[in-house]
Amino acid sequence: MRNFKRTALLLTLPASLVAICLYAAPILQVLALSVTEPKPGLANYQNLFANAAVGRVVVTTLKVSIMTTVLTVVASYIVAFAIIHMSAGLRRVSLFLVLVPFWISVLVRAFSWITILRRRGVLNGALMETGVISSPLDLVYNLLGVTIGMVHYMMPFAILLLYANLSDIDRRIMQAARSLGARPATIFWRVWLPLSLPGLALATLFVFVFSLGFLVTPALLGAGKTLMIAEYISVQISSTSRWDLATSLSTMLLLVVGIIVFAAMRSPALRAAFVARPQQ
Amino acid sequence: MTLLAIEDLAKTYDKVTALTGINLSVEAGEFVTLLGPSGSGKTTLLMSLAGFTTPSKGTIRLDGKDITHLDPEDRDFGFVFQGYALFPHLSVANNIAFSLKVRKWEKARIDARVAEMLSLVGLDNLAGRKPRELSGGQQQRVAIARALAFGPRILLLDEPLSALDRMLRETMQKELKRLHRETGVTFVYVTHDQEEAIAMSDRIAVFNHGRIVEIGPPRDLYKKPATHFVAGFLGENNFLSGHRADDDETMVEAFGTRFSAPLQPRERPGDVLTIWVRPEHIRLGPAPGDGIGFRATVVENSFVGAVERILLRTSTGEQMVATLRSEAHSEYKPGQVVECRIDPAAIGVLPSE
Ligand SMILES: Nc1ncnc2c1ncn2[C@@H]1O[C@H](COP(=O)(O)OP(=O)(O)OP(=O)(O)O)[C@@H](O)[C@H]1O
Ligand SMILES: [Mg+2]
Repeated sequence: MRNFKRTALLLTLPASLVAICLYAAPILQVLALSVTEPKPGLANYQNLFANAAVGRVVVTTLKVSIMTTVLTVVASYIVAFAIIHMSAGLRRVSLFLVLVPFWISVLVRAFSWITILRRRGVLNGALMETGVISSPLDLVYNLLGVTIGMVHYMMPFAILLLYANLSDIDRRIMQAARSLGARPATIFWRVWLPLSLPGLALATLFVFVFSLGFLVTPALLGAGKTLMIAEYISVQISSTSRWDLATSLSTMLLLVVGIIVFAAMRSPALRAAFVARPQQ
Repeated sequence: MTLLAIEDLAKTYDKVTALTGINLSVEAGEFVTLLGPSGSGKTTLLMSLAGFTTPSKGTIRLDGKDITHLDPEDRDFGFVFQGYALFPHLSVANNIAFSLKVRKWEKARIDARVAEMLSLVGLDNLAGRKPRELSGGQQQRVAIARALAFGPRILLLDEPLSALDRMLRETMQKELKRLHRETGVTFVYVTHDQEEAIAMSDRIAVFNHGRIVEIGPPRDLYKKPATHFVAGFLGENNFLSGHRADDDETMVEAFGTRFSAPLQPRERPGDVLTIWVRPEHIRLGPAPGDGIGFRATVVENSFVGAVERILLRTSTGEQMVATLRSEAHSEYKPGQVVECRIDPAAIGVLPSE
């Protein structure tokens, strides 16, 4: 047993080394730069709070992230709930369809959305053709477009998380509720929903944290007009070479995400999501 | 008065026949047990009664009204599930109150009923606990209280005690009997434990391969089983082969002796028969007495507490078990030849299969 543990530990070594070299070291470097560039001290952080442009970016990021999280979690819950109620065959097909987006590059997905949503795109074309609208709608290169793209990106993750949680729930509990006289709506509100809270909390946390630092989709579907933190940081580094701003903002983002995750993990609902349920 | 009538019920899954030709009627206030080996269809019948499984054929009537296709939530049957299936997010009190809230009872009435149910199952001081903070036996009581709270027409129980250890199981058997007596609710109880069935039921329906083999009070099924299956499933039994004597049609020859036995007229001389005799009905020792006498050799003698189990070999080479009260019997040693006696009334004869 001890031997096995030692071997197991040894096996994690290469991966750990890679992670430390490619991940932890650069992060520490960013941290260091944020308090040394251009001169040592916390001045960069003071500037951050005084910077109006950063303020706007933060507000946009929060707006998009919150909207994305709410829409993704609600939509994914509906899909996951439907999937667990399907027959085995249909469920396999549905889960496969949920997985398909994972094989398509995020770039391809973003460009596909542009094709669909732009002023002379597929959707506007169809709506104008059928006479529903007379002038094209602004569906992309704004908050709406970014949110649509992000929701689409996040949903498979959220669906799988919620599906795992929902399929863990003992279905006899629902039968018990029925035998006690509860109708479907009552069973949903009084039983399914409360028992889904751990999964919902986990999915919400995951999607929100992921959204905060999202780069590709907002960059392409926002086209620089709807600017989120990650893209803003990348512009500071690659275009304007403002390392002070980029590194301090990155550190702040990391800190905020850390605090959110830490606080969330202390909530009973999320704790429950990580505790292995006893098998019946 | 017949409360529940099951008429010619059948259930088939794709290829599996889970139930066929089930006829059973349950009187109001009765304690009926569905007993049978694993896979014999007990749960399928219980789920059909509860409305969770739709029968392929047949009718279920409650008070003469056809309820075969009624939704489970409209049946007013209590159900106690094998794993209890308590609501993990609700306290004990709220688990019990669930059916009452669904029925929109007034708050004061719900509180009174919950308190009544809690004291009925002896959990007064645990009202605020969550199910995961209870022991198995306590969870079981909550499940029963929850199922009884709204005053069900019938309480259906699917192997409610199978997860408990032996001691607790015996306590809970008594507890269930008491609840049955005190509430007057009709119980339909599923188990594969024949001792449990015998100890608790007014009547037992014995299942095998999706059919009811026999129905009757435990005493009748134990003492006068009509089938080989029931004779072997209920209690311990010895099966020996015999045949009808050629020279006297009222006599049976078996295990090296001959005796008169209740024979069916359709059995002819020479017919092979199965004789059964319960271990507790075999008496050992030279003590004079009437009954069927024969000789056997002791093969093994094992002490199991209150009784002693003695494995015997008859002169025909068959083995049988005798159980004797442990007193001075330890003198039976392997290899010893003993005189045995059986009261003719305790012997059963079945046509051989
Ligand atoms: N949903 C189902 N699909 C297919 N076959 C089923 C299904 N449910 C039950 N069966 C089959 O029907 C038969 C009876 O099953 P049932 O669960 O009623 O047995 P049981 O008497 O309750 O057994 P146990 O004591 O093991 O609980 C079994 O052969 C089982 O495999
Ligand atoms: Mg069963």
